[in-house]
Amino acid sequence: MAERTQKQKPAPARQDEETVTDGAVVQGDSGKLKAELDDLLDEIDGVLETNAEDFVKSYVQKGGE
Amino acid sequence: MAIAKVCGIETEYGILVRGADINPVSASSMLISAYVDRRQRQAGWDFDGEHPLSDARGFRADDLLDPALEPSMVNAVLTNGARYYVDHAHPEISTPECRTALDVVLYDRAAEEIVRRSMEAVGALLPEGAEMLCHKNNSDGKGNSYGCHENYLVGRDVSFGRIIHQLTPHFVSRQVVVGAGKVGCELPGTNSRSVPFQLSQRADFFEEEVGLETTLKRPIINTRDEPHCDPVKYRRLHVIVGDANMSEIATFVKVGATAIVLAMIEDDCVGDDLRLADPVRAIRALSHDPSLRRVLLLADGRSMSALDLQEALLERAVAWAESRGLESVGEETGEAVLREWAGIIDGLRTDPASVADRVDWVAKKRLVDAYADRHGLAPGDIRLKALDLQYHDLRKGRCLADRVGLRTLVHPDGVERATTEPPDDTRAYFRGRCLQKWPDDVVAANWDGLVFDIGHDALRRVPMMEPLRGTAAHVARLIDESDVPADLLARLGA
Repeated sequence: MAERTQKQKPAPARQDEETVTDGAVVQGDSGKLKAELDDLLDEIDGVLETNAEDFVKSYVQKGGE
Repeated sequence: MAIAKVCGIETEYGILVRGADINPVSASSMLISAYVDRRQRQAGWDFDGEHPLSDARGFRADDLLDPALEPSMVNAVLTNGARYYVDHAHPEISTPECRTALDVVLYDRAAEEIVRRSMEAVGALLPEGAEMLCHKNNSDGKGNSYGCHENYLVGRDVSFGRIIHQLTPHFVSRQVVVGAGKVGCELPGTNSRSVPFQLSQRADFFEEEVGLETTLKRPIINTRDEPHCDPVKYRRLHVIVGDANMSEIATFVKVGATAIVLAMIEDDCVGDDLRLADPVRAIRALSHDPSLRRVLLLADGRSMSALDLQEALLERAVAWAESRGLESVGEETGEAVLREWAGIIDGLRTDPASVADRVDWVAKKRLVDAYADRHGLAPGDIRLKALDLQYHDLRKGRCLADRVGLRTLVHPDGVERATTEPPDDTRAYFRGRCLQKWPDDVVAANWDGLVFDIGHDALRRVPMMEPLRGTAAHVARLIDESDVPADLLARLGA
């Protein structure tokens, strides 16, 4: 793991430095990813609960541990 | 010195009946009874002459709904060494004791398979048009939570204070790597606009740093002290803070990295410098920030991001592994855990989408965001909450986690085998093999002992106080060569 120790360690409290994006956008390959996600969304349409509202509202659990 | 990190997971599953009015305790008991062979149910958990369900003939639904049948006592030990029972109002499976995190992944998957088969079996018993659903998640979106607990064997000689201070930073920050993700937030003062998505299903439910509670005022470090083994030598650390994972690699890193951190704590290789100023505040603040930008305040006044904190622990782990070896967590497994842990941290830093095949919250968020985008949905839209739930749906064909391209670590054949065969290398082997070979003669089983009926009204208990004794290497031949339990006991010198 020699590469790891050579990596630059950012100074603490550098809130803006590590701007990790929050998920949907990929650097550089967004066209391919969008196509993959489109296929996935098409695929899952067939298995999703038909009445999402009823399903979510009826989903109540007793608290456990 | 670090001792073998024998470990396991207990998962409370969400349960819902549609099209019939069956309360969750009854539903849970029906689910388990539908799966468990009548003979196995007689090997009840409690050493108690009464087995309320053992006289049931067939499984007509109305029999099982009879209030006299005490459904909350359904409690079975399976031939793979696991325990399958009703806990509060949920079906729960505790995996058998495992030697490594890889085996935990295997037995956790086997547990899912067992629940799936239970759902199929119970379907035949429900009224026409009714359906029972189970979910491997931790939050109903209505303020209720149920757990996925981890258990780790730790030396009794390690001060609990050290465990608290040095493990908490890992528990607070590991959600960036192993969080299961959740749409929305039910904390007072928040809503879907302020917290459209968070990293962890469980973070919001933690209110204390340390404590004994498990159902309210939940503590990040749980002090339950029921070792189920030699209490002088060992502690069983009972961990309640984690999410249930659908991703095998997430389960692997969740258990594997925690086992490594615990072994390091035993070897005093973690240090106190990563202590947080306010762990309860931090665990929620981190969960609510999928951008991973938020920094944590440490007790010494420094600030650090969760990724940096995880990386600091990883670096110490690598150094510790080089100087002390990985035997306590399994050499090969330990190396694989370090690799996967590093890979996820690196991926989250550079390109989060690249870890969508390993990290549940990333996979789920990507799905939710894409769906919201396609249909023009606002963050609070109920269809997004439905996606969240369905990510964890255990019905075959309906589980969204099965469709998002998560990488696997274990083979379906191995999982199949693990539904009935115990691990070779812990005391679960002895328990599982005896239940397989002599189901009618094991009258009671517990984590730390088996009670045999050896005939002529005599019962004999075999204590199992050492988690690493009773392995295949120790007892396979003894069991193979014994026709009846009395033979086995004679050979064991019991």
